[in-house]
Amino acid sequence: MPLDSNLKKVLVIGSGPIIIGQAAEFDYAGTQACKAIKSEGLEVILLNSNPATIMTDTDIADRVYMEPITVETVVKILDRENPDGIIANLGGQVGLNMALALDKAGILREKGVPVLGMPLDAIYRAEDREMFKATMEELGQPIPESSIVHSVGEALHFAAQVGYPLIVRPAYTLGGTGGGTANNDDELAEIVTRGLKSSAIHQALIERSVAGYKEIEFEVMRDHNDNCITICSMENIDPVGIHTGDSIVAAPAQTLTDEEYQMLRFASLKIIRALKIAGGCNVQFALDPFSKRYFVIEVNPRVSRSSALASKATGYPIATVTTKIALGYNLDEIPNAITGKTTACFEPAIDYVVLKVPRWPFDKFVFGDRRLGTQMKATGEVMAIDRSFEAAFLKSIRSLEIGINGLRLPELTELSDVELKARLSDADDERIFIIAEAFVRGASIEELHRITAIDKYFLKKFKNIIDFSKRLQETPLGLDILFEAKKIGVSDSEIACLKGCCEDEVRRLRQSYGILPTYKLVDTCAAEFDAETPYFYSCYEEENEAEHEEGQRKVLVIGSGPIRIGQGVEFDYCSVHCVWALRQAGIKAIIANNNPETVSTDFDTSDRLYFEPLVYEDVMNIIEEERPEGVIVQFGGQTAINLANPLARAGVKLLGTSNDSIDRAEDRNRFDAMVAQLGIPRPPGKSVFNPDEAVLVARQIGYPVLVRPSYVLGGRAMEIVYSEAELRQYMHTAVKASREHPVLVDKYLLGREIEVDAVCDGREVLIPGIMQHIERAGVHSGDSIAVFPAYSLSPAIRDKVVEHTTALARELKVIGLINIQFVEFEDELYVLEVNPRSSRTVPFISKITGIPLVKLATEIMLGKSLEELGYLGGLFVTPNFYAVKVPVFSFNKLQQVDINLGPEMKSTGEVLGIAHSLNSAIYKGLQSAGVDIKGSGTMVVTVSDKDKGEAIPVIAEFAERGFKIIATEGTARALRNHGIEVQTVKKLKEGSPNIVDLIRQGKVDVVVNTLTQGRRPFSDGFHIRRAAVELNVPCLTSLDTLKVILQVLKGDEGAKPQKVLSLQEYVAEYHSQI
Amino acid sequence: MNSDYGYLVLENGTTFKGNLMGTGPCSGEVVFNTSMVGYEQILTDPSYAGQIVVMTYPLIGNYGFNPGNMESQHCWLQGLVVNQLCSESNHYQQELSLQQYLGDNKILCLSGIDTRALTRILRLRGTMGGIITSSLDDQTVLHGEASRMTPPPGGYVGQVTCREMTIIGSGLRRVVVIDYGVKRSIITSLVERKCQVIVVPAQASARSILDLAPDGIVLSNGPGDPVDCGFAIATIRKLLGSVPIFGICLGHQLLSLALGGRTTKMAFGHRGANQPVKDLRSGRVYITSQNHGYTVEPDSIRDKAVDIVFTNLNDNTVEGLMHRELPAMSVQFHPEAAPGPHDTKFLMDDFVAQIDKYKRDEQTTPIWHIG
Repeated sequence: MPLDSNLKKVLVIGSGPIIIGQAAEFDYAGTQACKAIKSEGLEVILLNSNPATIMTDTDIADRVYMEPITVETVVKILDRENPDGIIANLGGQVGLNMALALDKAGILREKGVPVLGMPLDAIYRAEDREMFKATMEELGQPIPESSIVHSVGEALHFAAQVGYPLIVRPAYTLGGTGGGTANNDDELAEIVTRGLKSSAIHQALIERSVAGYKEIEFEVMRDHNDNCITICSMENIDPVGIHTGDSIVAAPAQTLTDEEYQMLRFASLKIIRALKIAGGCNVQFALDPFSKRYFVIEVNPRVSRSSALASKATGYPIATVTTKIALGYNLDEIPNAITGKTTACFEPAIDYVVLKVPRWPFDKFVFGDRRLGTQMKATGEVMAIDRSFEAAFLKSIRSLEIGINGLRLPELTELSDVELKARLSDADDERIFIIAEAFVRGASIEELHRITAIDKYFLKKFKNIIDFSKRLQETPLGLDILFEAKKIGVSDSEIACLKGCCEDEVRRLRQSYGILPTYKLVDTCAAEFDAETPYFYSCYEEENEAEHEEGQRKVLVIGSGPIRIGQGVEFDYCSVHCVWALRQAGIKAIIANNNPETVSTDFDTSDRLYFEPLVYEDVMNIIEEERPEGVIVQFGGQTAINLANPLARAGVKLLGTSNDSIDRAEDRNRFDAMVAQLGIPRPPGKSVFNPDEAVLVARQIGYPVLVRPSYVLGGRAMEIVYSEAELRQYMHTAVKASREHPVLVDKYLLGREIEVDAVCDGREVLIPGIMQHIERAGVHSGDSIAVFPAYSLSPAIRDKVVEHTTALARELKVIGLINIQFVEFEDELYVLEVNPRSSRTVPFISKITGIPLVKLATEIMLGKSLEELGYLGGLFVTPNFYAVKVPVFSFNKLQQVDINLGPEMKSTGEVLGIAHSLNSAIYKGLQSAGVDIKGSGTMVVTVSDKDKGEAIPVIAEFAERGFKIIATEGTARALRNHGIEVQTVKKLKEGSPNIVDLIRQGKVDVVVNTLTQGRRPFSDGFHIRRAAVELNVPCLTSLDTLKVILQVLKGDEGAKPQKVLSLQEYVAEYHSQI
Repeated sequence: MNSDYGYLVLENGTTFKGNLMGTGPCSGEVVFNTSMVGYEQILTDPSYAGQIVVMTYPLIGNYGFNPGNMESQHCWLQGLVVNQLCSESNHYQQELSLQQYLGDNKILCLSGIDTRALTRILRLRGTMGGIITSSLDDQTVLHGEASRMTPPPGGYVGQVTCREMTIIGSGLRRVVVIDYGVKRSIITSLVERKCQVIVVPAQASARSILDLAPDGIVLSNGPGDPVDCGFAIATIRKLLGSVPIFGICLGHQLLSLALGGRTTKMAFGHRGANQPVKDLRSGRVYITSQNHGYTVEPDSIRDKAVDIVFTNLNDNTVEGLMHRELPAMSVQFHPEAAPGPHDTKFLMDDFVAQIDKYKRDEQTTPIWHIG
């Protein structure tokens, strides 16, 4: 069937903010979807609250609604827009849930609007546990047997039917408390007894354990004519037991025979036919490594993280094809964009190996529980392609940017054999390095297989790398061994490390031998057809397929690598916009990146895509292959900025702000000298190299002080310290963390934080606007609520912001973007930080102001002036509405992580609230972020002594509004002294029922908890905050946030009808005033 | 492992250097296969007789070798060219490693080759002759050898067909399989469907086949150019109309020739497990396993009372025929899979169903259910 002619306008539901388990892959999917709909000449309406995404650009969808993704919002949009259909299967779980919610609320029927593509029935049958079970039974597809039990007797009865091992999961406990794996009746009785006790409803789920089975995934596609294809098979290197999002994954599946492969492929197709899936879908299997027995683990009736991976791994555009199917097309009616000649109805054949490795946030959450299990913990991932498993694997490790270029993690050498063994059996994020270390120490394949259950094939591949490294160490660096090293994927820097020389020497030697990488195409068909795609990966083979046109102007853009805390999808937004601006300027745009979730790694985003690690060796290879006229490092976050120096040293021309200017902004001494010269105040402070110096400086400037190592990303290891004892403790951990770099000790100014993004052509400085943070300085800018435009600055301070920004940008001769953070303290404006590059807020500001910041910056880098681009310097006209950026956290996925806000960034994503009134914008922002603000209820308060004076009047107002206030002894006394009615609750150590019990019993609606002193893990406050997170109770650790919520409550926003307007309408109205 | 440098020299002179396992030389038509799994079946599929097979997937041998997955008693191809021959194989069913199997059976294997570069040459220039050798000493001889692709006397079919009739199973229906190089999976998929299978040599006469009183006849797959099998074409002509006939791969080409059609050599053929085939009656597309270098010319067969039912979605070549009057049908692809997808196994069911209906005089023309 061709395009459904009834369709003129389609509503696409986006996935909202980035959280663990739902990352940039939905920006890639949503952007492809919107583009696919537009290309059919239909109107696209988009609902998504995430301002960092490309899909929410005003030229991707005809109307973008940045509103809370709720049923109410959708109803309002349906009423305004009257779309002919809704597409929900490209917006992750959020999209699917919305489709179901709309159906259950009867909206779809009432408004007569269909969900396109994936039928609702398919969603119900895949998502509902019981319906899924029934469907699989009907099909004869085995799923792991399970049962809900209320007693040990019931559990033993189930065990008698199914056999061991069994997994026990108590109901309604978090983090698996009280659960476990039982191998016999005795163990089962013990675990069930304990589990039932810890379950609030005295109930546990018992399931057959398939831990240790191979975990195999198939990415499949079905159209309305019942044509079914599989796009890609994937094999988790970590067997069942570790979430696939936390597993290292290989594509295609590596260890399956044809018989096994076809058995699972056939089962996938049978399942999607029975579910009547339309579009992309993911099926997960557990396969016994010793028989043909398998179980269906999960069916995701939507585009997922795995489909993004499968899409990038094969070149097959799953999201586009899924959208076209939703619009009515069948697979054989959709052209294969890669070959141009064949259709989308085929199965990709690949002639390389793909590996995906997760990127975990434990560099930020040093106290977090690093162990891996069924709860995903990774924030992002990298993918690497090569002709051999070993090379693809080593590339993916390099791509992680964790400072490791091989498989050796130096600190592991310090572990005892016993410790090493313990960490082998209890998988954590460093497992692969632990396996490597075990091989170095002589462990056998058999032994490691027994402990880890990882297939021997993979273990042998890992061992190959270790064995080769050893041989390399012992062999003089001749042509043969060097060529072998490159084929196996050992990096120049690792070779240098093993041979005790420097990377440049290895590089020169390698090049003198003529050992150069060759680039191969990703073409979906293993070279069977001619392909037009410009999608390349490197390998060391004979033929190089990267052909070059003579006389073509080209520029290389460095992407931002994996999504991590502090470097999210916003940098992909910037990289992609840079690429588009280059292409518009008639320059061939080349992009290098390694994140499979992103728009930048779509083969049709740039003129050429190199899927490569973003480290010196691999990037330099691309530069030598392509010989671009310049390289842009300004948009790829810290990943790209880190390359500025080595590339500049190698004589590469960097477009935009010079490397020297980058250094002047990042090097503390040079920075201090510059601001002093410009007469711009900064908080007093100094660089120190040892604890004694630190203490001395702190005494001079007075506590509290902000301490951090130099060269930081996202406020890593940054802390506010209130006493000498704390400072000494910090110095011992932080200085150890970075030996060469000094530690900065600054006066912590408890002021109002102000942030600016600006674009500069070296002379003129355009400031689109000023952002003001709700939370005072000290909360990382990425974690604070930012309001645009600033809502309460005095004209004098505003003028100073403009003045200082202009002076700094000019002084640094910024060509492109600059981001500056200020703090206003006692009527003075201090500069905190200057980043001569694109920032996290650039997408947000660009969308709101309608000023295409990245495009301007790119054109400026190419030689244009702001004036030529139609802009003047200075502060842009202030809009007549407010846009509020609210951070979103993933704390409920990360156990043992403290949620209090501080100078270290912890949020994983953000949402936008936009409205004509400030209160309404904040309300919408909080709603989008999932902060459920009730107008009344029970509030638990524990505030530190230093905060009591400020907190009491605010709490009093909540009490007046009818909130029931509960507090522990100290806080309760202080509140009572001020005439507030308070119920006292026990502290943890005072026995039960205590404050945490109260939260766990669901009797609390909001928690206010401010940090006592510094970082004290596992204190009372920590347990209170964790309990709140785990029960999804709003927990406020900053009084500023509390005040703003009070303000919203006073405005009675919850009761007001909130207007929805598209971003285009806001911006058009705003621009019409200019 | 006995491994040393070796070379693949193509008839156009292009030379690839790699690691050679086994003692050569060997020569044959160099073809590429894009399957990512299934090397055991590919190595033992008689249709590859006389060919040097290049695997486009770079890692071959991951799960070792299980003789239970063999498609015939021998490895028929001349040589195997791979990027990496896996020495880390692991699988519970593996009886020996792929290296061991190749070594035991004296199959030349050249590894360490840029198989993608080689495939691109074959795709652009078409399949060509080639030789795998351990030395490049005499270039002119090598070129001559590489370009000589004449089949052995009696054709490749004569080489691979069985010498004697065999009877397999004791099903309700008797199906004679004419063995032009039959894959074991064709036989087992018939036996699974309650057929007694009698495999007869390719040269068996029509009379001797009909004397077996078959309920149906399968024209099997096999190697080489169908025109080299004049004897088979003549036999098929005599069998047409007697009982339901089902041609697979070479069998399909032979049936077309017997009906008066023509075949031509393709540039580089179809070899892989991802070929989309469309049922023109319903628009349904199936993913099929294929291995052929010749194709039936559509115009040559249109007026021969047949319907072209299946075509290849990529290049529109003929993939399946149904006779309008006689109980005869054929497919270019492999419904028995092995290796490859099981999407079209239903064609085997349909053939068996047709046998039954034909026996009961209910239907004389082929039935293929429309998906």
